[in-house]
Amino acid sequence: MTDTSIQKERPLSPHLQVYKPQITSISSILHRMAGVFLTFGLFLVTWGMVALADGRESFEYFIEFCQSTFGQILLIGWSAAFYYHMSTGIRHFVLDSGFLFEKKAASVSGFVVIAIAAILTALTWAYVYKDMLIGGAV
Amino acid sequence: MSSLLKWNKGGLKSPMSRANGLGSAKTGLDHWLMQRMTAVVNLVLGLWLIYSLVFNVGATYTEVLAFVGEPLHAIFLILFVMSTFYHSVLGMQVIVEDYVHDEGFKIFKLLGQRILFFGMAIACIFSILQVAL
Repeated sequence: MTDTSIQKERPLSPHLQVYKPQITSISSILHRMAGVFLTFGLFLVTWGMVALADGRESFEYFIEFCQSTFGQILLIGWSAAFYYHMSTGIRHFVLDSGFLFEKKAASVSGFVVIAIAAILTALTWAYVYKDMLIGGAV
Repeated sequence: MSSLLKWNKGGLKSPMSRANGLGSAKTGLDHWLMQRMTAVVNLVLGLWLIYSLVFNVGATYTEVLAFVGEPLHAIFLILFVMSTFYHSVLGMQVIVEDYVHDEGFKIFKLLGQRILFFGMAIACIFSILQVAL
């Protein structure tokens, strides 16, 4: 009610309206989005641990959910988010130490962490589905 | 309530004069440091957990019970829970403080997640101990 027009018109950071998306800003916002997504993954972690303690029936229901198509999509998403958040996190450690601030290094490292996350995710799920991949279509 | 929130809108003071003289909360460094310390623990134990899950796909209920029953595994799992939940609360706090500008919702969100995640972490740790002991 008491808002003055000065307060209302002040732009708030991040000033998305004047910045062109770049790999540095994209990797930063993706890092946050992956973090939020991983936070929701903690509900699955809790479910799994409580189900294990609760007994065989609860645990098998939990495993059944994980093995369903929806569960597998979620798990692939969470593993990708974990690897991405981890790689970008390491990049942020390096940035905190004062390195990689040159224009080129900042951009290249942004792409490198995405590549590392993609490779780790692919390797993880290739191992899980190795029988299907090696054995061919059953 | 509104008079308790020094930074609330309203009154005749300008935003600058409301912020002046308050100083820092003196806990910023601790937040920053804990976020990075838990990040390192998450890195190690998260990879360990993924490794353990991926190489034990198809394990039976009894095998999983035996795995969690190993003292070292139980300790790792409890540390993983403490570190990830703490890291998540700290990270979400940064995001909420950056993007949420409604004071009431912000406080509700920050307190709410802390209480909820504290409870969930206790449930996880209790479950691990129940299986392991």
